[in-house]
Amino acid sequence: MERPAWAPRSIDITVPSVSRMYDYYLGGSHNFEVDREAARKAMEFMPGLPKIMQANRAFMRRAVQFAVSEGISQFLDIGSGIPTFGNVHEVAQAADPDARVMYVDHDPVAVAHSQAVLQDNDRADILAADLRKPREILNAPEVRRLIDLNRPVALLLVAILHFVEDADDPYGAVAGLRDALAPGSMLLLTHASYEGLPLSPERAEGAVDVYQNIRNPLIMRTREEIARFFEGYDMVEPGLVPMSQWRPDTAPEDEDPYAFSGFAGVGRTA
Amino acid sequence: MSGEPDGPEDRLRRFATIWSRAVYPVTSTSSTRPEFEACLLPLARRLSEALRARSFDADAGKAVGAALVEAHCTDPEALSRTLDCVDAYLVLYCGEDGDREDLRARSARLQHAMAAGFAQALRERTLAEQEAIAQAALEAQGVVAQALHDTEARFRAVFEGAAIGIGIADLEGNILQVNNALRRMFGLSEPGLRSRNVRDWVHPDDAPQTWRLYDELVSGEREHYHLEKAFYRQDGTVLWTNLTVSLLRDADGEPQYQLALMEDTTERRLLNLRLRYEATHDALTGLPNRTFFFERLEKALSAGKDRRFGLCYLDLDGFKTVNDSLGHAAGDRLLVEVADRLQACATAPGEMVARLGGDEFVALTTGPDTQRTVDELAARIMNALLAPISVDGRELTVRGSIGIVEGPAGERSAAEVLRSADITMYRAKSAGGNRFELADPEADARAITRHGLTTALPTALDRGEFFIEYQPLVHLGDGSVRGAEALVRWLHPQHGVLSPDRFIPLAEHTGLIVPLGRWVLEQSVRQAREWRDRHGGEALGPLRINVNLSPCQLTHPGLVQDTVEILERTGVAPDSLCLEVTESALIGADDDLLKPLRRLAEMGIDIALDDFGTGYSNLANLRRLPVSVLKLDRSFTQSMQRFPADPVDLKIVEGIVSLAHSLDLAVTVEGVETGAQAEQLRILGCDTAQGWYYARPGPPDRLHELALVDATG
Repeated sequence: MERPAWAPRSIDITVPSVSRMYDYYLGGSHNFEVDREAARKAMEFMPGLPKIMQANRAFMRRAVQFAVSEGISQFLDIGSGIPTFGNVHEVAQAADPDARVMYVDHDPVAVAHSQAVLQDNDRADILAADLRKPREILNAPEVRRLIDLNRPVALLLVAILHFVEDADDPYGAVAGLRDALAPGSMLLLTHASYEGLPLSPERAEGAVDVYQNIRNPLIMRTREEIARFFEGYDMVEPGLVPMSQWRPDTAPEDEDPYAFSGFAGVGRTA
Repeated sequence: MSGEPDGPEDRLRRFATIWSRAVYPVTSTSSTRPEFEACLLPLARRLSEALRARSFDADAGKAVGAALVEAHCTDPEALSRTLDCVDAYLVLYCGEDGDREDLRARSARLQHAMAAGFAQALRERTLAEQEAIAQAALEAQGVVAQALHDTEARFRAVFEGAAIGIGIADLEGNILQVNNALRRMFGLSEPGLRSRNVRDWVHPDDAPQTWRLYDELVSGEREHYHLEKAFYRQDGTVLWTNLTVSLLRDADGEPQYQLALMEDTTERRLLNLRLRYEATHDALTGLPNRTFFFERLEKALSAGKDRRFGLCYLDLDGFKTVNDSLGHAAGDRLLVEVADRLQACATAPGEMVARLGGDEFVALTTGPDTQRTVDELAARIMNALLAPISVDGRELTVRGSIGIVEGPAGERSAAEVLRSADITMYRAKSAGGNRFELADPEADARAITRHGLTTALPTALDRGEFFIEYQPLVHLGDGSVRGAEALVRWLHPQHGVLSPDRFIPLAEHTGLIVPLGRWVLEQSVRQAREWRDRHGGEALGPLRINVNLSPCQLTHPGLVQDTVEILERTGVAPDSLCLEVTESALIGADDDLLKPLRRLAEMGIDIALDDFGTGYSNLANLRRLPVSVLKLDRSFTQSMQRFPADPVDLKIVEGIVSLAHSLDLAVTVEGVETGAQAEQLRILGCDTAQGWYYARPGPPDRLHELALVDATG
């Protein structure tokens, strides 16, 4: 009983959604004008936003491939957003056809779209749930059907934790998930930060304000703060680094300067 | 295929490399650049072949343009850079040895086709994605709507099913929604409630802060408040509630609605009021009782300096006679009628009537001019009693005595005022009744009040203020003294000797009768022992002693035990003792009550039925009672003081004596005052007599003397 009927909350596509803005940054058309307007506004302050998103996608792809190579065949991707291309299940199942992928998102449009995309894939599924309520995720029948919690799982928290305010206890949620996963599980994480951005924090703040205005505050954290999410995990080489420096397969000189912003890392439980 | 350096294959690869380097920065693929280049290579090959084909194939160009979109080169800049690249390098790297002019023309046409293919594919992809996201949004809306519907259904079930009344109104007070429980409480249909405004619900009993709290809430200064509030129901009756009102804000924290939760406390409240009513009202007449009256009197007495009060204390004259002759039920009906009439006398503001108990009523008047109003009130009361009261078809004339106290507030306590009123009322009664008297401090000081006596009783016993007088019982046959009745007296330090009718009812009332009765019994039995010792063995046997038992003593569990102990301690035989019990105390007595009397009778103690003929005893009942003596009430013997005696009375007494003797009961007569009387009673067969003709009650030595005279005479 979240809220009574006389104060309804419905899908309001006149309000920008971060997952559709993300799609727009990646050149997709799974978005509406409000999303594009907000995204363009953010890009006025931070023109390299698409490159940051691309770097996220690239890291995710490399990290998933790494996890598969380490023998992991179960993936829990929380905050998966709008599936466009190079999605986790595509990358993972290309490397291991038996890989299982559970997507989780709290944006009903992203969930509906994911359902359409995944309807013929019986080894991938989508759950409408919230990172801030990890128990609901872990206990969901969809998750239990697809994921064996007694075996290692790769938990993907890619470009999501910077949308969770401290008041909502993101560290507690991450720890709760860690404790529920079998030993040998991995955390694949990226997080926005002022560190490494090729522009002044004042300009970057303009983009942060855009997210604030669409009531989806972007929480920029320091490297130390981001590192705390890995409590209980052993860091995989090279540790917590700028996204494009995590096991790159492209020469650094080829990379866009924006690809060095934010942090990425992979940890593994003993 | 990977041809030799600078062979066609090598040149094709170099073209693909240049192309990928140009376009990669503007793609959004997650592939690496080498992967992206590998994806461009077949496209480069297709362009290369189309460049050199015999006839121009526009489809090849279109396919390559579409493939770029497929590889997520959706940014128009990717097309621009691609075309730049093709324009600059395709002929150069893939033209081989064809005619440059032709190749350039072919390349240009290929570029046109590529642009067309790219645009076509991008348009289709965009439309497909827009379609997909719109579909997803629609679907999500359905899912959310369903979830909301479920939530709403759950909420509605809770809302409607809640036992507590719930209502929602906007900040202007317009009622938006109410649940079943609330509708039931108000006895209203939903449309009836929804046209209402919260501000309409003002009630005279609203606490002073009620609407201030409300204003603070709707203006957003207060989150909630809680109070007890009354409402008018649709039918005009009053609904009492425990009300909690909360302010509801929207997501931005702006006040939006007010939520009221109310619990119906009407019944609980009524019950409280009823309990309060019962505690403060007389059950018989419905008038305020002593408690309530004292509250009001104290309030009146503690009112401001310039306030006065007036009190009328009414006691009905001769009410006991009504009770005794017509029974309690009739007496009660009389009291109810009197109460109604009194109530009608005190209807002005500040006036009240209460029943203190029995046939005692009070009327109170307050205000600045009670010197006048209290007299008028007393006059109204006297007037109200003038008309006879009809009870069970009899017209009863009721008279009353009123004591009036009037004075300024703040000088006397309620108890002092009531005492003064009580004394004054007795003064009115002693003056013949059917009148009212005004309180007089000097008279108060002299008066013997029941209250004063009641409070002095316990210490009186301890201080030895009681003493016993003995009235001889004479045998009518030979005139010899056979014994005496013990009669208790109180030598009051201020008021002198008081007779039992002044204090025995008070002792009964307070329970002091039990120790007092035990003391009297012990003293009397001791006296009997003394007489026996001084008298010696006489032919007529020892002097017997008669002691009265009050109804209260009869039911006291220690009666038999105490009596036996006293007899044993003093060494007096049980047959020297006669216990007198009034006829009215035994009316309707059950076996439990009679048991101790039977035990006493079995031991040999005589039981006398006192005041016989005043009650309603069923003569047949006499067989059942463990009595051996009837004491005929003095009313039967009064007419025999004259000569000749009333023949009817003679017949009655004769009948009673004959009946008594046939039941083996002795008959004693009281109130014998003349020799003629004594002679008459002797003829009628009475056994013993007492009265002034023989001797008044006196000290024990007098009896001894009488007995001696009698024995020697």
